[in-house]
Amino acid sequence: MDNKAGSFWLPPQASTNAAELDELFAFVMDINYVFFAIIFGMTVYLSVKYRRRRADQMATSDVDHSLLWEGAWTFIPLMLCVVMFVWGFRVFLHQNTAPEGAMQINVTAQKWSWAFNYDDGQTTSDLYVPAGRPVKLVMKSKDVLHSFYVPDFRVKSDVMPNRYTSVWFEALAPGQHRIYCTEYCGKQHSGMYRTVHVLSEEEYAAKKQKGFEGKPEGLDPVAWGKQLYTKYGCNACHSLKEGERLVGPSFWGLVGREGVTAAGEKYVADEQYINESIMEPMAKVVQGYAPAMPSFKGQIDDDQMNALIAFMKTLK
Amino acid sequence: MSDTQAPGYHVPEQEETNYLHAQPGLMSWLMSIDHKRIGVMYLIAVFLTFALGGFLALAVRLELIAPGETIMTAETYNRVFTLHGLVMVFLFIIPGIPAALGNFVLPLMLGAKDVAFPRLNRASFHIYVVGTIMALWTTLEGGVDTGWTFYTPYSSTTSTPVVMMTMSAFVLGFSSIFTGLNFIVTTHKMRAPGLTWDRLPLFVWAIYATSIIQVMATPVLGITLLLLAMERIMGIGIFDPALGGDPVLFQHFFWFYSHPAVYIMILPGMGVMSELVTTFSRKRIFGYRAIALSSIAIAVISFLVWGHHMFVSGQSAYAGMVFSFLTFFVAIPSAIKIINWSTTLYKGSISFDAPMLWALSFLILFTIGGLTGLPLGTIGTDIHLHDTYFVVAHFHYVMMGGTVMALFGGIHYWWPKMFGRMYSETPARVAAVLVFIGFNVTFFPQFIMGSQGMPRRYYDYTADSGYEPYHVASTVGSWILLLGMLIMGLNLLSSLKKGAKASANPWGARSLEWVTQSPPIEHNFHEIPTVTQDPYEFPLEGSQKKASEGMDVTA
Repeated sequence: MDNKAGSFWLPPQASTNAAELDELFAFVMDINYVFFAIIFGMTVYLSVKYRRRRADQMATSDVDHSLLWEGAWTFIPLMLCVVMFVWGFRVFLHQNTAPEGAMQINVTAQKWSWAFNYDDGQTTSDLYVPAGRPVKLVMKSKDVLHSFYVPDFRVKSDVMPNRYTSVWFEALAPGQHRIYCTEYCGKQHSGMYRTVHVLSEEEYAAKKQKGFEGKPEGLDPVAWGKQLYTKYGCNACHSLKEGERLVGPSFWGLVGREGVTAAGEKYVADEQYINESIMEPMAKVVQGYAPAMPSFKGQIDDDQMNALIAFMKTLK
Repeated sequence: MSDTQAPGYHVPEQEETNYLHAQPGLMSWLMSIDHKRIGVMYLIAVFLTFALGGFLALAVRLELIAPGETIMTAETYNRVFTLHGLVMVFLFIIPGIPAALGNFVLPLMLGAKDVAFPRLNRASFHIYVVGTIMALWTTLEGGVDTGWTFYTPYSSTTSTPVVMMTMSAFVLGFSSIFTGLNFIVTTHKMRAPGLTWDRLPLFVWAIYATSIIQVMATPVLGITLLLLAMERIMGIGIFDPALGGDPVLFQHFFWFYSHPAVYIMILPGMGVMSELVTTFSRKRIFGYRAIALSSIAIAVISFLVWGHHMFVSGQSAYAGMVFSFLTFFVAIPSAIKIINWSTTLYKGSISFDAPMLWALSFLILFTIGGLTGLPLGTIGTDIHLHDTYFVVAHFHYVMMGGTVMALFGGIHYWWPKMFGRMYSETPARVAAVLVFIGFNVTFFPQFIMGSQGMPRRYYDYTADSGYEPYHVASTVGSWILLLGMLIMGLNLLSSLKKGAKASANPWGARSLEWVTQSPPIEHNFHEIPTVTQDPYEFPLEGSQKKASEGMDVTA
């Protein structure tokens, strides 16, 4: 099945659920159009028709109620509401119930990045899924509330620190779609967008084998490190400009810097220190900075770490 | 403006000292227990807070006109949109109509000399001022960045001064409760002879229903904010999972107040609408009983729908089902009101004076706001729309397109009564039309970008997302809105000095506030009037009575 292009109201349909939701949306919007036309039309028509033509003109009727009419405009909307409710709940239940045998991917959200963990143990920062297969995401947050949202798939669920939530979808065709965070989570809330890569079955299998986010061929480690810097959201808190202080210290000239930790110990920012700060960030927090750095243990592998450090070494 | 006298009730030719000049000096105002003076002070306060909230909104819109940093950093932006929400909700719109217009008009409409507890009324205003100062103080200390909803665990962990801000909302809650309590007792005990429940103006019914919600729901907010403060100060785990709490519990508590609060905001606007639509079409209201009882129905059902803010929050699917079902129920009373106002126009004598233009704006904009609630209440489509700009557009159409239009209409309507001066009509109409246009240019594009997927509370969006044209339109719309508001404000202010003197009943309206002089004397009426007819009994075409004649009362 192919993706369907977007409309005036809605983005492209890229999952099996999208068509179902859009049909319901169209129905509700049709009710909106009809009722708006009636009320707007009636208001404008009556205001013009019965406009005051001379200053002392009075009303020509003092009709004050009609059980029949008022009953009608109570009953008809009520019935339509019941239809919307029932249809809406059916769609909701369907979207909430993943099919048997859906492929599970575990998701961890944190300020301000996503980690997608696959059944073979690898972790990525973008999401990779095969087309035409139901996928179930089981999600948890490391810190505050986040919300996983892919407009083209019409899926959304809050991601919480104290319980698992899940969404499922079946992508229609290969392509790329935007993931947003839709629960306010602080400074880089709007920067927490990533991409879902929908791949054909064959391509999916091949890429998974090699590692979805392994070093692209022909790319030198420094350039790859620069990509990883944004991919893992380092840029949210660490500037590349000299001396610019975001949440954490700037990466400019960081490698080799000497300083004092909050505990009063001296440190030198060598490979060992940088690796430790990314994996166990609370071990040595630099004096004057909040202990706000999340751990990337299990997300960044050795090759990626080397690339990141290689990139940081060039910043001086 | 024709000079007006109500038959059977004598407004003296020679004006007597009115409440504005009853006592001199600033202190006589600040310490006043006169409901009219308290109403006017609240009116000044909400004008100022609206200006502050509006300025913040303009800043938000300007930042979003283009991708990337435009005028402020992400940290500043998060504080600005949070403060915009807090100011508009707690400082402007909740006290807006009830405390400003309600305080002034409700006792007059009842034929009473004051509210039941004048000192409690004064305390309400003083507490409001204290709460406002606390909120602004917090802002000077850097402001909070949690959004007006204070969702945990973000609010339990952010380094911004959340405790002070929640205490401000806590204090403001008492102001709201005192006003509500006062109005309930006043409506029950202080109606003029002959003013039976089915002769009450619909504005009174609406304020009465609002007061019930204020008294019953506000304490829950107080408790919630207190628990949040205890968590932050003493580390008692209630909402923060790190301490063993549950963030969804906070959302339940918060919305248990904040959904009914939505009706605290809109019901008074609906009350104003009933007065405007009847007066400016000189027509008996269509379906008095349905409109009055639907206010009460809204007050009751509004307590049972809070879970619709949490359809994708991880609450159980069956809880979602129940809340979706009940949400549709609360839509019905609003629909009845809308259609009844529209049919009231039938065979009326409709003028397009400024207050009526605001009322017609309300009718159109609130209809859009209400209808766009349907795809949000429909739980299947809410999955896609939740926390997007579609929601932002929806509640601005309801709150601003509804309540604010009614507030401005009400201010123009009662302005001559409050200050004894007429504003100039032409700029007032120009302002109303500009605001209507500016409002739609600002908020309609937000529906589209929202259903296209633009999440709310976003500092930034990417150039390739396709949202930019909608943001540009929305920002330009906010400037049109600003222009309209400025014209309105200046016109009203200049009328205080230059406006023509207003008669007792410039609009030919029927309720009791129009049978006393403009501005009223300190004790409202020389003698308590006796009511002998319904609140919307306008003389018909061809009858002996003149258009300008007021309500039949005897004293």
